[in-house]
Amino acid sequence: MKKAMILSTALVGLVAGAAQAEEVTVLSWGGAYEKSQVEAYNKPFAEATGIDVNMEAADNPATPIKAQVEANNVSVDVADVEKSDAIRLCDEGLLEPIDPDTDLAASPDGTPASEDFIDGSFTDCGVANIVWSTVMSYNSDKVDGEPTSIADFFDTAKYPGKRGLRKSAKGTLEFALMGAGVPAADVYKELGTPEGVDKAFAELDKIKGDVVWWDAGAQPPQLLADGEVVMSTAYNGRIFNAEVAEGQPFKIVWDGQLMDFDFFVIPKGAPHMEAAKKYLKFATETQQLANQAKWISYGPARKSSAPMVGMYQDGKTEMGPHMPTAENNMQNALVNDSEFWADHDTELSERFNAWLAG
Amino acid sequence: MSDATMDASLNGPEPTQLKTADGLPLKAALAKSQLRAKRRAFLLVAPLFLFVLITFVVPIGQMLLQSVYNDGFSKNAPALGQWFNEHPLGSPIDESAYTALASDLKQMKENRTQGEAGTRINYDVAGTRSLFTSTARKIERLEPPWKESILGVNEGWSDPNLWRAMRSASSPYTVDFYLAATDHTRDKDNNIVPVDPQRAIYGKLFIRTAILSLVITVLCMFLAFPIAHLLASLPLAKSNLLMIFVLLPFWTSLLVRTTSWMVLLQQQGVINDLLVWSGLIGNDNRLEMMYNQTGTIVAMTHILLPFMVLPLYSVMRTIPPSYVRAARSLGATSWTAFRRIYLPQTLPGIGAGALLVFILSVGYYITPALVGGADGQLISNMIAFHMQKSLNWSLAAALASMLLGGVIILYWLYDRLVGIDNMKLG
Repeated sequence: MKKAMILSTALVGLVAGAAQAEEVTVLSWGGAYEKSQVEAYNKPFAEATGIDVNMEAADNPATPIKAQVEANNVSVDVADVEKSDAIRLCDEGLLEPIDPDTDLAASPDGTPASEDFIDGSFTDCGVANIVWSTVMSYNSDKVDGEPTSIADFFDTAKYPGKRGLRKSAKGTLEFALMGAGVPAADVYKELGTPEGVDKAFAELDKIKGDVVWWDAGAQPPQLLADGEVVMSTAYNGRIFNAEVAEGQPFKIVWDGQLMDFDFFVIPKGAPHMEAAKKYLKFATETQQLANQAKWISYGPARKSSAPMVGMYQDGKTEMGPHMPTAENNMQNALVNDSEFWADHDTELSERFNAWLAG
Repeated sequence: MSDATMDASLNGPEPTQLKTADGLPLKAALAKSQLRAKRRAFLLVAPLFLFVLITFVVPIGQMLLQSVYNDGFSKNAPALGQWFNEHPLGSPIDESAYTALASDLKQMKENRTQGEAGTRINYDVAGTRSLFTSTARKIERLEPPWKESILGVNEGWSDPNLWRAMRSASSPYTVDFYLAATDHTRDKDNNIVPVDPQRAIYGKLFIRTAILSLVITVLCMFLAFPIAHLLASLPLAKSNLLMIFVLLPFWTSLLVRTTSWMVLLQQQGVINDLLVWSGLIGNDNRLEMMYNQTGTIVAMTHILLPFMVLPLYSVMRTIPPSYVRAARSLGATSWTAFRRIYLPQTLPGIGAGALLVFILSVGYYITPALVGGADGQLISNMIAFHMQKSLNWSLAAALASMLLGGVIILYWLYDRLVGIDNMKLG
């Protein structure tokens, strides 16, 4: 009797499994960001193709991928990872190669995908979906005047008050160089030379006594709101949220913004390879990328999506000007160079930490 | 069986060779019967033993191994490994070396392992990871002579220090990560030299970690002693109530406690506001009590205080009050009675608490990360950095092993000085 029941349960399970064969598992970051993906990619995808999308969240989706592929037990079909991880996982042979021309859709006006994405949107096995940015922001209640450039961040004589900076070499040194007047385009060239590194640290020395160092992305809005700092570097989505959703008097200075990408990748041995490729193609289409910007202020990586970005979910905030990729915000923008940091992270972090401790 | 044994031992012809009834020597028979009991006993503890083995011994052993073993380069560069075996240090880097390099790069390109190999070399010589990835990308289009064509892709390959690093990485076993963890490196002739003083960080952090932990331990000791004494001398009903005040923070999430301290201590925080309001300090020179060492010490002392109070309390509870009363009645002053009678009896509690607090604070990570600012960082923050960000697990393992070694030495010293039997954990 019992045996029969087990058997029949197993059979039902099998049948159910067969019926639901068309599905795809996407691993992302949770929170408001995941919500934007569910609304903009998953729901229309299920509607258009009949393939169910399972959304899963991880602290960093790159971590389980390495473990899964190495154990030959992959459950994820598509993952959303940071660019540096996309490069690293690809180098280690853990990802499916992706060819922009065959695996991605062209834009509505026929521009092939390989030309429609912002520079740096492709690696051999991944494609960028959004652009996020680390920006300089300030509390307009606590700052007299209106800072306009990244150099103002390092000028405590002109704008007195504490500064918030991320406690890491990555990011901070770029801001220091741009603060010292190096144009965004030359930052990594300079940072590759000993003189450039010295220059960055000399710039940091100017404000060392006035810096509050932060680690987690939630800290800068808090520090700004508490008045603990008057200016801070921060992730643009967090400042947008504090500004628009919570009504804080925060302002973003887009000069010297440090952009980075999030990537869609497909792990080697993904269980639903066909569906995964379909999802990747669908989600990175012009319209879908434009739609996700409605839910969070991270910019679409596709050039043709930018003009289609509409209103925030509150129905009255125009999202366009809040995007890191908006033309006005891109005047002096730096794209994070993952290759550079893969090479120099250890060396510069050691020097940075020694400088901090000294 | 036991009767037979007795008989044999009583009536046996040779008292030196005792035998059982079935002719087995007594010793063997005893061992045999005990073996079963032993086996049963072992089976009983086997789950626990396995648990300890799997969750404790194996991970720590793996960590220790990782600190001296890294095959990221050696397993991907067999041809270079062979070349290094055949050519001792100091041989000119000639065409044969570049031929080996080319063959390995081709293999890496095929297996997509150039990143792994490059990362391993990059630990040693900064800026070389991209040499591997960029050259492997082009290797199929290159042709002999290899030296010329590879140097044509990137001049960086001629760096003698890079070849020294590849030579030392061609064996998976290495002590280089311990060198790095003590602020040392090797020059191009394989001599051990200190790193550029601008990059020397680990020694400084180890010392700071030890000093801060010591300060926190001493502070905890002074704060916990009166609390524990009060708890121990009050009637049980009252002391249980007060105990809640010790335990409640102990049960509260670590992050909540840390962030509450941030609310209290920051420059726009409660304490500063009160001081300004009461006119003790001006609005312009608010005290800096957070995002520096002060913040780390205050928050960690509070968080670790229960680990000192609890062992002290459990020891003090067992000290009969009559001892101190007897000393007083024999003419001792209250200070003498405390110093000569009470304090020595609390030593096991002090020792246990101090050891606990010190060892916990040596490995503390999240609190210094949140409230430590620039100069409140500890060595554990660097270990976390190498585990999570730089992914140099071998260096993280080397640093962690050194920390573990330090703690073990401390434990040994404690055992020699105080005696571990005297420790009472509660």
